[in-house]
Order: sequence, then structure tokens, then C-alpha cells
Amino acid sequence: MIAASFDYSAPETLADALRVLSDDPEAKILAGGQSLIPIMKLRLSIPSQVVDLGGIIDLHAIAEEEGIIRIGSMTTHEQVEHSELLSEKCPLLVAAASGIGDVQVRNRGTIGGSVAHADPAADYPAALQALDAKVKVVSSAGEKIIPIDEFIVDALTTALEPDEIITEIHVPTESTGIGTAYETIVQPASGYAIVGVAARIGLSEGNISFARVGITGVGSKAYRALAVEKALEGQPAKDDTYGIASRVAAEGVEALEDLHASSEYRAHLATVFTCRAIAAAAGRAQ
Amino acid sequence: MATTTTPTTKGFVGKRVRRTEDPRLITGTATYVDDVTRPGMLYAAVLRSPYASARISSISIEKAASLPGVSAVYTGEDVKAVGPVPCAGSMPTLRVPHHKILAQDRVYYVGHPVAAVVAIDRYVAQDAVDQIEVEYEPTECVADPEKALESDAVRVHPEYDDNVAFTFHAEGGDTDAAFAAADVVVSERVTVPRLAPSPMETRGVVAEYDEGTEELLVYSSTQIPHLLKTQLAVQLSLPENHVRVIAPEVGGGFGSKCNVWAEEALTCFAAMDLKQPIKWIENRRESINVVAHGRGHVDHLEMAASKDGTITALRFKILQDIGGHHQLLTPIIPTLAVIMIPGLYKIKNFTADLTGVFTNLPPTDLYRGAGRPEATYVLERVVDKLADKLEMDPAELRLKNFPAADEFPFETATGLSYDSGDYAKAFNIALENVGYDSFLKKQEKARSKGRLLGLGISTYGEVCAFGPSPALPAGGWESATVRVEATGKVTVMSGASPHGQGGETAYSQLAADALGVPMEDVVVIHGDTGKVHWGVGTFGSRGTAIGGTAVHLALEDIVAKGKKYAAHILNASLDSIQFNQGIFSSNEVEEKLTFQELALEAAVAQKLPPDTEPGLSATRFFEPPNFAFPFGAHICTVEVDGDTGQVEILRYIAVDDIGNVINPMLVDGQLHGGVAQGLGPAFLEEVVFSEDGQLLTGTFMDYAIPKAKDMPWIESERTVTPSPVNPLGAKGVGEAGTIGSLPAFVNAVVDALSHMGVEHIDIPMTPQKVWNLINERSQS
Ligand SMILES: Cc1cc2nc3c(=O)[nH]c(=O)nc-3n(C[C@H](O)[C@H](O)[C@H](O)COP(=O)(O)OP(=O)(O)OC[C@H]3O[C@@H](n4cnc5c(N)ncnc54)[C@H](O)[C@@H]3O)c2cc1C
Repeated sequence: MIAASFDYSAPETLADALRVLSDDPEAKILAGGQSLIPIMKLRLSIPSQVVDLGGIIDLHAIAEEEGIIRIGSMTTHEQVEHSELLSEKCPLLVAAASGIGDVQVRNRGTIGGSVAHADPAADYPAALQALDAKVKVVSSAGEKIIPIDEFIVDALTTALEPDEIITEIHVPTESTGIGTAYETIVQPASGYAIVGVAARIGLSEGNISFARVGITGVGSKAYRALAVEKALEGQPAKDDTYGIASRVAAEGVEALEDLHASSEYRAHLATVFTCRAIAAAAGRAQ
Repeated sequence: MATTTTPTTKGFVGKRVRRTEDPRLITGTATYVDDVTRPGMLYAAVLRSPYASARISSISIEKAASLPGVSAVYTGEDVKAVGPVPCAGSMPTLRVPHHKILAQDRVYYVGHPVAAVVAIDRYVAQDAVDQIEVEYEPTECVADPEKALESDAVRVHPEYDDNVAFTFHAEGGDTDAAFAAADVVVSERVTVPRLAPSPMETRGVVAEYDEGTEELLVYSSTQIPHLLKTQLAVQLSLPENHVRVIAPEVGGGFGSKCNVWAEEALTCFAAMDLKQPIKWIENRRESINVVAHGRGHVDHLEMAASKDGTITALRFKILQDIGGHHQLLTPIIPTLAVIMIPGLYKIKNFTADLTGVFTNLPPTDLYRGAGRPEATYVLERVVDKLADKLEMDPAELRLKNFPAADEFPFETATGLSYDSGDYAKAFNIALENVGYDSFLKKQEKARSKGRLLGLGISTYGEVCAFGPSPALPAGGWESATVRVEATGKVTVMSGASPHGQGGETAYSQLAADALGVPMEDVVVIHGDTGKVHWGVGTFGSRGTAIGGTAVHLALEDIVAKGKKYAAHILNASLDSIQFNQGIFSSNEVEEKLTFQELALEAAVAQKLPPDTEPGLSATRFFEPPNFAFPFGAHICTVEVDGDTGQVEILRYIAVDDIGNVINPMLVDGQLHGGVAQGLGPAFLEEVVFSEDGQLLTGTFMDYAIPKAKDMPWIESERTVTPSPVNPLGAKGVGEAGTIGSLPAFVNAVVDALSHMGVEHIDIPMTPQKVWNLINERSQS
């Protein structure tokens, strides 16, 4: 639990940071350090240098423009949790952020770091899937906007190139009439989700007119439960509907198995928490 | 046996006095081992085995030794002369395998220390550890105590013909006859997984050797500095009066630091070898891996009873997972389960068979409760099963089997003499507080709606305040010195070694009341063999009952000597001298003397009374005539979520009797922490190894210790039955909560699912385990 030696830099501009990355392929970006530092201390990651993004002020902002909220990648979980803008216009993300780890982790961990790390049990990806979020990445060659589903490729694997930096996460402002909820059962030691389900439900005349369901923790990456969404749309908003639709929450997904939950139990929990998230979201849809 | 005198409550004793330790602890000004720095200090790091069982064919240290900043690399060969790590067990069948401070030719478990590096800082030391090249020949291993006992199991130690570390048998009465005559017999097998003690401060050592005085100064995060001093002198072949051990601030131990560790002698050896001070601080991964795990049992209990619910006999079988070798008390700990197996019940007949078994796992040893939680757990499970079988109310069954309040001292079949108690009283209060009858009605109703409510009862008895010296391997007394300075300030030196409990506060309360001085005038010194001359340490809930009593006796001596001075100075007869609230007076004279005035007289000795020596100082040892036996009842109500298996604790009721209380706030803290450490393994906590002995819960990301948010609100109440075995009437509170809580939770969850035919669930009762059961039952 003692890291190997490494260099440290703290550039003040994005351009400087990108330069360090293209000069040193062994360099690693440091955001909140809540995932990187533990693996460095176990010497599972031995970067030549860490490039601390903390000093790049542009990466800390949350701003709304034409129905899109741009969240700077260095925004901490705590800042998302307590953002007035987000709690009014994207409460689902606030709910996901407030369930991450503990206060200390939320005070340091960032949304960019969480997305870049792509832990299959991380909370944000469920919400970002349900929100059809996009990830903005920048390199010296230019910038790209990548849908979250394409950005996270697999467990701990993303589409990010070593010389790229995530600068923003884009989420839509929530339409009126859509209710959202994030329901989770946590791994007792780490606080990560064993299963976390984010739901966005719209109602029209007692029927479900819009459904988005994102699920984390079950598979090797968070996914949208398209079969559940399909089973909901157009159906009457009542418990039976949610129960039946939720049965397919883990369909086609190879559920993970670890010390804390077997694949059978995880797949079962996916149905339970999907049902709960949908019911809660529908209850809030007005 | 000593008679009971309840401490006077005129001043501080009995009050919720704030902890005198806290200002320095919460402002970061306290000194822990890692805060100690010495000029020219170097750092040590340990290379540990990645295999559970292997022969070491070669070790090459050249690369490591040549790294800039590395002072030395030691292997087993270099430290051969250092004596073995001690084991205090003494049963005739005991096998004590080779336990050198570094592995010699074989490793027995993952984490076994293989080599050590000393370097300029921790980073270089760790770099060098990574550069040591060890060639291992892995051999087959056994990582399960039951498998280790099978006839074809590989042997952890090839020099023995099986994996039995020792066997131990105890019996009382005529068990076979009682079973033959029994109307009903019930039994249960329970597993109690290994637990990582996880003190907030990991282990740490700083060692410095003074070439001039030839003194070895050792700072260690230990609960037993005096015993460690003796052991280090033996291991390092030093005259004991050249060794001084300081336990500075110690950030928790829970028993894990009531030990003598390889790394202690190792750090000392290196400091003497290099003639430079050396620091070794354990990292968290090492702590979870190698700091002796608690528990590690497979227990089987059979209970015989008559139709009316009288429990007549017990047959108890314990399998204790020892690990690869013993630590200090490893073989002794499960014998505490044996002697406490009757719990609070009048059971006249018992047999117990204990088998310690070697496995290729890290050693086990004491951890909060040490043997008693295991015994109470299986006993309380089986009592519930008996109630079920007899279709008797489990509360009524328990009440029926308690000894009455006038039956004390109560002799148990296991040979103990329970000092004092009123078990029914505490239990009835707990039933009353939880609203027993109305909960049962509520449970019925909830069940009819598909909700799963349960209520679990646990009564527990504890043997603590260790203890009479003959019952311990290295003395069960404690010493204290009270020194009154010329200015009337009071210094209390205790051989106990509190490490978070608040002993300084409790001893200050005793001193302030006895001498009529403000608490601020009292300084308590402990944990330094150079300042406190005799001591045993703090473990087994002995800090107040034994350590506090020694302080109390020394204070009595001070007052007695003070009265002689006062009589002489005031010109009054000794019998007439009163000492009250810090004032010496006599009805024979007008004049009075304050404690501070008297202190000065004793120091300057201008008016020395006849047959009296100057100085106001007293040293006393307290040797208790018996253990003390706290007891209580914990009741927990739960609701199980049938869809997920998650358990919510609805209410948690604790009624404990720990004898007289010096400071209720300290006691509350001990009980709350104790309950947490009992509930942890009930539903969260477990050290898990793979079949090849690899640790799967090596960090706090996988090893789930209970956190504040996991804990219920504890509705705590106490009854007070003073102990007759010490003049304070105190029993002990360190382990009570840990012993009482686990069975209450387990019984509650089993109760919630009992209508489905569930009779037992092994701990930890994780949501997955609970859900699996519900799922199986609802499918069948
Ligand atoms: C005790 C504990 C409990 C936790 N519990 C939870 C939980 O319940 N739920 C949950 O979701 N998470 C949890 N986490 C993880 C936490 O949310 C982390 O903050 C997050 O995974 C990583 O964010 P970070 O800012 O700390 O990133 P870092 O640790 O600094 O970086 C992580 C990785 O992302 C890369 N990276 C970081 N920022 C960027 C960027 N802008 N562009 C490109 N690459 C980048 C880094 O190079 C590194 O590889 C927990 C962590 C801890 C320590």
C-alpha cells in the first residue's frame, strides 16, 4: 500500500495537460484520485507521472444551453449532489451522485473520473445511460462527442485514447412530466452498487408514454434495458405493468458473479430494483 | 472473598465525566507510534509469502540490497539466533510448530514473513521488497479446518502425523446419563467465520538501541508493554533490565495487540544490528491479512432437556482453526468457549471436546469476546431450537433455567463460581422494553400480510476481569503506584495499558474522589515500562476491575499515611482524624490541614511522625480472588425484505449488568462499540479465503466492517449487581456487547423466517443468503 515513485504535474490549461499526455505515453490523468490512488498504492498501476487536472478551472463548471446541461469533467460528486441547476433540471443525476460511496469520496471523486474509470458497479453510468448522455473528449487532434453507450466499452475499458481528456458530460434538461428515480442495493464494504437502476418515466392519460431504464452493476458495463422500456411503453401505469416489464431487466446480460453476489442473485435483484425504480419514477411523473 | 463496598458518589465516580484523553486525541496532538521520530531513523518493510504452502528453494537479495537508500536486507538465515515467537498454551497435547520471526525453509500461509528490508524511507523499502527474488516450490495446501482433519489431508507441518494442533476435553456431572434420561434432544452446527480485528491504528514499532547504555528502547502499539518487554528480552537474549517498552497512544486493539509479534523482535533485531533507530508501520492490507483473526470456529452443540423445559445437559464440540502456527494465546482462547458454554443457565452436566487444527491460513487468536461470543451464539441458537421443539415460549424457557438471585455465588458444571447476578431481572426489563407480547401480536398480523417480522433474544454471561493469576499464563494481577508531588498534584501510574477505553479518565475519577482534588490535578501514566514498574496490561475487561482496584488500594494507602502525618502535625490522635473532600481534621483540635499542605509536609519531612517514612507514595498490587461475571439480555427486532433478503433492524434493546459503574459514558461507548463488533459478523463481516489459501477480502473495499450507518439505535439500560470479587464492585464491559448482540440478531432473522421452516442460517447472514433461503422455500 505504498505507491511506486512517480512524477507529478499540475497544468493550468487544457492545452498544457494535453501536451504532457502526448509527450509521455506512460502518464496518467489524476482527477479525484478515488480510483487511481488506491490502485497505485497496491502497485497495480505504476504511471511515470500523474497529471492533476485540478488546476484547470474550465473543467469545473456546470452550464445549461439549449436543453443540454454541460457538466465539467472535474465536477465532484458532491457538487452534482448539491447543484441547484441539476436538482431542478436533472434530478436523476443528483440521485445517482448522492448514493456514491461516502462523504469523503463524494468530496473528491469526479464525474469525469467515474466515467473514465468505467467500473461496472459505478452509480453514474446507470443514470447516464437512462439520460442518453454524451461524453466530450479532447485531444491535441481535436474534439469528439461520444454517446455514453459507445464510450464505455466494457469493464474498466473505454473508448478513450491515452492522449485524450474528458472535458464535459452532456445530459438533457429533463422534460416536464417525466419522473425519475434511482434505486440501488449497495455492496456493504465498498458502497458501490451491487445493482443500481435509473428510470425515467413519462405518462400520458394513465399510460406510459416514455420509458428509459439504465442498469449498473449487473453486467460488465451499465446498459439500457431496452426490453423493459419496450414492455412499458403504451401500457397502463400500474404495479402489474412494472412487475411484468421488470422481469426482462437482465435478459441477455451475462450477470457478474463475485464475493458479494452470485449471478443468479444479481439478475434477480435487477428485476426487483428495476420494478422499484420504475414505480418510483412513475409516481413522480406528473 | 472480599466484601462489597459501593464506591462513594460524592464527586466524580458514577458520573458521566468527559474523557480527559479526548482533547489531545481529537486535536491531532496525541503521539502514536507513527508520530515517533528519532534522529537517523530508517524504515523497515516486510516481504510476505504469496503462497499458502511452499518450500523456499532460494532467496536472492542482491538486487534489493543494491538499490540506493537500502541499508539492509534480512532473510530467515540472518535472524536465526532470534528466539521463536512465544505461545503461552500449555495443554499436554499441544504441538507448537516452528515459529521464527522470518520463515526459514518453508512458508505456511499467504502473508508469512519471508524477508525484511531496511531503507532510508518507506518508499525505497517497498521498492526493495519488490526486488527480492524468492524461488518458491509451492506445495499442496489445506485452507479449511474441517478438510484439514480428514485422514488424507495434506499436513501443514510434515513433522506431525496429522493436522491436530491440540485436543482438550472437559466435563462435569454425568452427561451420558442425562442424555439417556432426556425427554428431548436438540442440536445445531454453526460456523463462526474468521474476523479481522481491524483497529483504526494498525500495528507499528520503533526500536532504538543505545550503544552507550546498551538499552533497547521499543515503541510498540501494544496492549501489553510489560509482557512484551520480558518476551523481547528472551527472544533477543538481552538482560530484561536493558529493555524498555513504551506503548504510546494506541489506536485500538480489540485483542489483536495483546500479542507478541514477529515484527516487534524483527524491528528490534535490525535496530541493534544497524545501530540505527528503525520504524516499521504495518499497512492495512497486512493488517487484514496477518493480524491474528478472531473466531474461526465450527461448533456443534447438543442439548438435553426434560418436557417441562429444564435443560439438563450439553455436549459441545469445537473445531478451532489455528492457522499455520500459534500466536501468544491461540490455543487458550477456545477454552473460554468451553468454560462459558452453560451461559446463564443451570445446566448440571456437560462434556466439551475441543480440537485445534492447523490450516495453511494466517494464525487466529483473541479478538473482542474471545471464545465467549462463539459459545453464546451456539448456545442461544440451540435454546431457541429447544423452545421450538417443546412449543414453549423462548422467553419463558430462558427464565425457567436461570439461577435465582439468592443462589449466588453460583457454581457451574464447568467449574466456575459466578460471582453475583440477578439474571431474571435484567431479562424481564429487556422483555418489557421491547414490548414482547405486543410485538408477537404485531408479528402475527404482519405475517398474514406477507411481511416478515422477527424477534431475537439473547441472554449472555461473560467471564472477565482476568483474572486470578493461576488462571492466566503470565499473572492476572495488576499494579498501581500513586505518587503525590510536593505541590499536591497527583500522579497515578498503572500497569494496565488502556488503548481507547478511557482508563485515564476512570483512574482520575477514582483519584480525585479519594483525595479530594480536582480531576485536572491528576495525571495518569501507563504504557511505559520505564515509568510504571509492574504491569500485566489491558485485555479481557480487566482495566477497571483489576487495574482500577490496584489504583483504589494505592489511594487508600495514601489516605492512611496522610492521616498519620495529619495526626502528628495537628497534634491529635490518629483515630480522631477525618479526611473529607481534601481536608484533614479532628474533633480534638480546631486546626485543619488541606491535602496540598499535607503533601508539602510529607515531601519536606520537617515534622516526620514516628515510625513514618517521608514521601506520600504507595504501590499496590491487586490479585483478584475470582473472575467477575457480567451478564445481560439483548433483544432485537427485524424486518426481512422478502424480495431482496435485506434485513432491517427495527429495534435493538440491551440490558446489561456490569457491576458498579465508574463512568456511564465510558460504559455506553464500550457497549455501543461492542454491539457493533457483534453485529458486524452477524450480517456483514467475514474474512474469506480461496481454496488455495489466497485472501479474497484483502482491503476494506471487500472486507465489510460495520459502519455507523449500518448500526441500529441501541436502547440501552443497566441493572447493577456489584461484584463481590473486588472492592470497586466492578465487573467489566469491554466484551459484553459483542457477546450479546450476535445471537440476538441471528435469532431474530431465523424467527422472521421460521414459519417457512427455516431453522438456522449461517453467519454472516448476507442478503444473498437470506434471499436464497426464502427463494428455495417459496419454490418448494
Ligand atoms: C471508498 C470508496 C467508495 C466508493 N464508492 C463508490 C460508489 O458507491 N459508487 C461509485 O460510482 N463510485 C464509488 N467510488 C469511486 C468514486 O466514485 C471515484 O471517484 C470514481 O470512480 C473515479 O473518480 P475520480 O475523480 O476519483 O478519478 P481518479 O481516481 O482520479 O481517476 C480514475 C481514472 O480515470 C482517469 N481520468 C480521470 N479523469 C479523467 C478525465 N477527465 N479524462 C480522462 N481520464 C480521466 C484517470 O486517469 C484514472 O485512470 C468509490 C471510491 C472509494 C475510494
